[in-house]
Amino acid sequence: MSDSKAAAVKAKTTTVELRLPSRMGYEKVAMSTAASVAKLMGFREDRIEDLKTAIAEACINAIEHGNRLNEKLSVGVVLSAGENALEVKVMDDGVGMKKQPAKPDIDRKMHGEEGPRGMGMFLIQALVDEAEWVAGTDGHSYVRLVIRLDKEAA
Amino acid sequence: MQSETKSRVDQLTTPAGHSVTILRFEGDIASTSKDAVLGAYQALPKATTKLILLDFTKVDYINSSGIALVIQLMIEASNSEQKVYAFGLSAHFTKVFTMVGITKYAQLFADQDAALAAL
Repeated sequence: MSDSKAAAVKAKTTTVELRLPSRMGYEKVAMSTAASVAKLMGFREDRIEDLKTAIAEACINAIEHGNRLNEKLSVGVVLSAGENALEVKVMDDGVGMKKQPAKPDIDRKMHGEEGPRGMGMFLIQALVDEAEWVAGTDGHSYVRLVIRLDKEAA
Repeated sequence: MQSETKSRVDQLTTPAGHSVTILRFEGDIASTSKDAVLGAYQALPKATTKLILLDFTKVDYINSSGIALVIQLMIEASNSEQKVYAFGLSAHFTKVFTMVGITKYAQLFADQDAALAAL
């Protein structure tokens, strides 16, 4: 993240942190918390729905692929509410991704040329304003999402 | 944490006289929903089931694993020369289904009446 972007997020930031068990279904705790924070910030209902799906998919990836469903490991979620944007970091103990998966192709799926799964990252990227995946060097990785408050339409 | 997915099957006739099988889902559609989604579909008699309507009216949460189950159902239906349609999705999940391309193979309707009128 550039210095100016980091400064913009940090200005007047309110932070909410969660630790989730690596168990499927607990992504809904992150969804409802993020929705509450976004509502307090004044996000429109449709953007809150986008955020809920993006954060759910990020948590599912962290639970399933990052922490490999190991319930001894937890998924960290940090919501940083700035003046004009909400930044979300979802952290796990995985090694991160070496490369971005290909964009899902419904035609290839319908013809059995690719599996029906593999849409989580695509949905995250499509539903938020920024998404980046960071493979940490210390055995921890995270995905960082940013959704901006559109005051004109709010 | 995930609410159990329930499904039930209804058989209706459209105003145009076509027989339609409606798969009604309730709860979350996620990785745990395989029996409720694919199991319910696979239990339908293939010889007589040609038009399938998926009812999402009582579904609040669908994640990518749930979408994958819907696509798996669509693949199996396509291979059996059945047509799949859906109704009752929220505006958000209508957008998501469109983004992933499901609407290219399964037309979405606002509600059951709109779907039956069109089939």
